[in-house]
Amino acid sequence: MIEIDDLRFAWRGAAADCIAIDWLSVASGERVFLYGPSGGGKSTLLGLLAGVLVPHHGHVSLQGTDWSSLSGADRDAYRADHVGYIFQQFNLLPYLSAMDNVLLPCRFSAKRRARATAEAGSPREAARSLLERVGLEPALRTRAASMLSVGQQQRVAAARALIGHPEVVIADEPTSALDAPLRDAFMDLLLGQCAAAGSTLVFVSHDERLAARFDRVVPLAGINHSGGLKAPP
Amino acid sequence: MKGLAGLAARSAWNRRLTLSLVVASIALATLLLLSFDRVRTDVRESFSQSVSGTDLVMGARTGSVQLMLYAVFHVGGATNNIRMASVQAIAGHRSVDWVVPLSLGDSHRGFPVLGTTQDYFTRFRYGDRQPLALSEGRPFTGDIDGLYESVIGAEVARALGYGLGRKITLSHGTGGGPGAEHADKPFTVVGILARTGTPVDRTVHISLPAMEAIHIDWAGGAPLPGVHVAPEDARKFDLAPKQVTAALIGLKSRAAAFAVQRYIADYPGEALMAVLPGVALDELWEVVGVGEKLLLGLSGIVALVSLAGLVAVVLAGLNERRRELAVLRALGAGPRHVLLLLAGEGALITLLGAGIGVLATALLIGLAGPAIQSHFGVALKLSAPAMSQWLLLAGVVATGLLASLVPGWRAYRLSLADGLSPRI
Repeated sequence: MIEIDDLRFAWRGAAADCIAIDWLSVASGERVFLYGPSGGGKSTLLGLLAGVLVPHHGHVSLQGTDWSSLSGADRDAYRADHVGYIFQQFNLLPYLSAMDNVLLPCRFSAKRRARATAEAGSPREAARSLLERVGLEPALRTRAASMLSVGQQQRVAAARALIGHPEVVIADEPTSALDAPLRDAFMDLLLGQCAAAGSTLVFVSHDERLAARFDRVVPLAGINHSGGLKAPP
Repeated sequence: MKGLAGLAARSAWNRRLTLSLVVASIALATLLLLSFDRVRTDVRESFSQSVSGTDLVMGARTGSVQLMLYAVFHVGGATNNIRMASVQAIAGHRSVDWVVPLSLGDSHRGFPVLGTTQDYFTRFRYGDRQPLALSEGRPFTGDIDGLYESVIGAEVARALGYGLGRKITLSHGTGGGPGAEHADKPFTVVGILARTGTPVDRTVHISLPAMEAIHIDWAGGAPLPGVHVAPEDARKFDLAPKQVTAALIGLKSRAAAFAVQRYIADYPGEALMAVLPGVALDELWEVVGVGEKLLLGLSGIVALVSLAGLVAVVLAGLNERRRELAVLRALGAGPRHVLLLLAGEGALITLLGAGIGVLATALLIGLAGPAIQSHFGVALKLSAPAMSQWLLLAGVVATGLLASLVPGWRAYRLSLADGLSPRI
């Protein structure tokens, strides 16, 4: 599903590699907890997994497709089709309603639009059912994202990552802005929805307490043997 | 990319306050540029239409610009007068339709005095061949009974607060010198001309015989010592003018203009010249038109400053949009989309601003035009943008497009460098 082979990446101007991973493989449908302290190059690795950043050495491939083999525009299209991404925070467009935020991936990807339509009849209907499943009250669907609480925003973000059944869901510290009860509820929801959709989940966090819920735990420090564990400048 | 435009619109609406300020500043720049240019072209047109319907202006041999200056603008003095006999001879040419003699040299409180015939009121044209009109009273009669009658221009009446029946005293020359007053022969205002926006507004008109009468006891620019002719006695003299300063000539056919011009230049009795008013006015504009270029340069700077404002505002807003752009990238938007999003927004903002500017200019000219005409004598026309204004408009839009590419390019670079986590 996801394969990393002899990956090296350095930020421009940095002396040492930020990421140096010899081998990592994630099976389809697997739920992986990528554990690492802050500043360990987690966000950089996720950028590489999502094809936003390109390694200057080695390969990152998704479903057998090497990101490096695609042109810039093709990477963007491929990402839109196959990757659902959840940010740490502030990850919604504040001027769109919860509903429109969830529908965003369908704007960029015909494939996900088609899958959402196949599942629920229309992308809008799919978004509605997803928002219902993540537990957002119907009254909040049309509210601007900027008017939602942090917990509500994170639910909408999960729904947005899941719409149209992307093969891979990548989550970058999605619980760091949530308090304990909200965090547990959110984890239940995310893991449940990924299992239901059969999506592969790569979950990055520095919070070890979450590790127990995953199929596999990969400490970033164990696989990344780059010299400097420095965040990009 | 379908849906990108809608997204851009929602995003722009979210930042509507900042963006509307940018639109306003571009609209203001457009307004300034266009109205400056409109004033410039129309001032020039008003200038070149200070006299129309006159085919030739004749005077003693001098420079054509100088001849226009004193004959039409009543500024400066003639080096030589011309004999009335010569004027009458020229009037006898078969191509000449009419001749209006002009006699200058006196003034009233700084306003030039023009001695002429009654024909002046019917033959003189300005602007788009508009005839003179009286707002009050009547023209001077030009005969012995109405010898001391005068007709004043609109600006004279306004500046000095004169009404009909007012007694005025003329000064010899440009006035100011002691004893250089024609105080013994006061004139009565019998007519006030409607505003024309030409030098006519600043002129006091009297008849040619009146001009003779006030100078009857003068010689060499000063009163003759020991000689005094009372106003009533002056009527008994021969008041037929012997000399005038210049003459306006109308032809039966404009095609004859060059032939008559040559005829006048070759006139054997006296050294005369005639100029085509349009040509001479263009020459004159070359002299006085330096200021207009300065004005245009200034308005260009104003436009540049406000477009620089556009770049500054969009660039400043870029930091707060970095998260938004990162989110869009994670969802499958490429750097191209980011570039398109920002450049497209800049383009729309510029077009909107320019459009509002055009409307505001039309509104301003429509509303303020009449007031400007009556105060400054410049007729501002509410018409489709002229060529120069289209060019200015194109300049504003092109600069706006280029300016909006700068933030777009920077956003493109940032979105490549940031990856998915904007570093702010």
